[in-house]
Amino acid sequence: MNTVLVVAIMAVFGVTALLCVVRIWRGPSILDRTVASDVLLTEVMCVLGADMAINGHTRNIPVMLIIAAVSVFGSIAVARYVARRDNPTP
Amino acid sequence: MTVQSFFDLALPAPVAEIITLVLILLGAILCLSAAVGLLHFRDVPSRLHAATKPQVLGVVLICLAIAVSQRTIGGMLMGVLIVIPVILLQFATAPLSAHMVGRQAYRNGTINQRSLVADEYDESKRTPPAVG
Repeated sequence: MNTVLVVAIMAVFGVTALLCVVRIWRGPSILDRTVASDVLLTEVMCVLGADMAINGHTRNIPVMLIIAAVSVFGSIAVARYVARRDNPTP
Repeated sequence: MTVQSFFDLALPAPVAEIITLVLILLGAILCLSAAVGLLHFRDVPSRLHAATKPQVLGVVLICLAIAVSQRTIGGMLMGVLIVIPVILLQFATAPLSAHMVGRQAYRNGTINQRSLVADEYDESKRTPPAVG
């Protein structure tokens, strides 16, 4: 039972990462790629937490904390400095 | 019953393991739904809608799983205590990045204008402020 659940968890996480990479690969604009990489980073955080819960230790908490605090800056920096396609001239 | 013996009360090991694994599986499925929404929707704001909300709830579920996997009541309280900063940071930063990306998507013209029901930003650009 436990083995089946662990294998299912690993499969779901793997498919999630694969779909995010597909969106990063194909995304038409850079904002799509930013959103997809944000989801991928959150999924890395979830995998670290799942590792802690399954193996019964708490060593990854600092890594999760740092990722949760810092991941916002990537999206904000890209969204701030992305080139504007339309330059409105009134 | 003393305080120490209350904190030492523990779930049986198989029950705790099953609860932990089911919580992690639910969190993983929420992450999967975010990724499926990324592939399914068409423009940036709807992809943001798919991406931002489920992943926050998934992180909360996995943090709950970390707390439950400690088994004793004292361990669970300790686990909740060390996990709360992660959840609070995630709650604080997810709307920030979503707001910035959504605003830039609007200005960039990468959204489908006809899919908008109301466009208050455009109206506020056309009418000067404090006009009445």
